[in-house]
Amino acid sequence: MTTPHAPTPSQTIGPFYGHALPAAGGPDIAPLAHPDRITLHGYVYDGAGDPVHDALLEIWQPAPDGSRTGAPGSLRRDPVTGRPAGRDGVTFTGFGRVPTDADGHWAIHTLPPGGAPYLSIALFARGLLNQLYTRAYVRDDPDDALLTTLDPGRRATLLAQAGPHRAYRFDIRLQGEGETVFLEFG
Amino acid sequence: MTKPLTTNLTKPPSPPPYRSLKLRTPHGPLVRVRDPEAVELTGPVFGVTDVTPLDGDLTRQHTGDPIGERITVTGRVRDRQGRPVRGQLVELWQTNAAGRYAHRRDQHPAPLDPNFTGCGRCLTDDDGTYAFTTIRPGAYAWRNHDNAWRPAHLHFSFFGTAFTQRLVTQMYFPGDPLLALDPVLHSVTDEVARARLVAAYDHDLSVPEWSLGYRWDVVLDGPSATLFEDGEAR
Ligand SMILES: [Fe+2]
Repeated sequence: MTTPHAPTPSQTIGPFYGHALPAAGGPDIAPLAHPDRITLHGYVYDGAGDPVHDALLEIWQPAPDGSRTGAPGSLRRDPVTGRPAGRDGVTFTGFGRVPTDADGHWAIHTLPPGGAPYLSIALFARGLLNQLYTRAYVRDDPDDALLTTLDPGRRATLLAQAGPHRAYRFDIRLQGEGETVFLEFG
Repeated sequence: MTKPLTTNLTKPPSPPPYRSLKLRTPHGPLVRVRDPEAVELTGPVFGVTDVTPLDGDLTRQHTGDPIGERITVTGRVRDRQGRPVRGQLVELWQTNAAGRYAHRRDQHPAPLDPNFTGCGRCLTDDDGTYAFTTIRPGAYAWRNHDNAWRPAHLHFSFFGTAFTQRLVTQMYFPGDPLLALDPVLHSVTDEVARARLVAAYDHDLSVPEWSLGYRWDVVLDGPSATLFEDGEAR
């Protein structure tokens, strides 16, 4: 057993990550013309109920066939200009990245996860020392290892609400009434 | 949080708190997930299509040279067991030499540099090593409290082999007098842990007549070494 190395501490992402992290195609995880395409979207609110306009969300999920290997190509770059080039429209990478808009809204387009009823979300923002992990459940599962541990009110914060056009709504409340369940691992 | 009225003379006073925490920090406890099947124990991968070879050199993204002191920053990315994190994405963003971000919402009255955007990325090699060439960023004023200044810093983003190992943090420069006054750095309350965010000047990394070298090694916190051991080796 080796001595574990001490981890490097996290620091806030701050407000000025915009040129570096978001990229064209970041929210578009689903192959372009895939018939099973779903939308997952919502708002991020702070403890005063105000929309958070400078948050960044990252999504990680299994492919519809349940595989969890992912694939490169979530953040493709044009080798000629160095600018974001968008996705190739074919590969399912399992990873997405989206900043909130000025009104606190975000949206991603993806495929339903296989083998697990949820998409995993890491949320970064100015004012957060560490990223916050949560899950958007697109299917309710009475046997889910996490959901079964939560009381009904808290549990409801993890359930995305199915709407028209295969769009699921998932709002995130950072603090206070209706506060989203956030996770740690280990 | 209330501050004690007494002054501890053996220690310098702590900087004022980081104000943005107030309405954004969750009140509820984090819910611990101990499921070895959790999706978060795997994570995204990146490759040659996500990075171009020039992306690690922030001084060559425009037609001219940026103003400032040219530096190289390199180090190894490892997990808590000391294993290198190979082929993973490292992203960097920063101000220009004058302390200004090329971001429309940055209103700090320092000049923009048309030859510097201040962002780059690279993949770690088989040893877990990343490397960037850039210019030393400047300190900048912000409105956290009266006369608040951030020490010069580089913002970094790292991916591990699990989504739980995701790390976004900031790297600082040794010897900066602003380090003692910065609420963001001091949001890490343990002094020993704080020191891990300060790079070391490494003269062997400096290139004669070209650049000054800094070394900064990074350890990604895993979930839960136990979850991995119970599950499978990664
Ligand atoms: Fe900054």
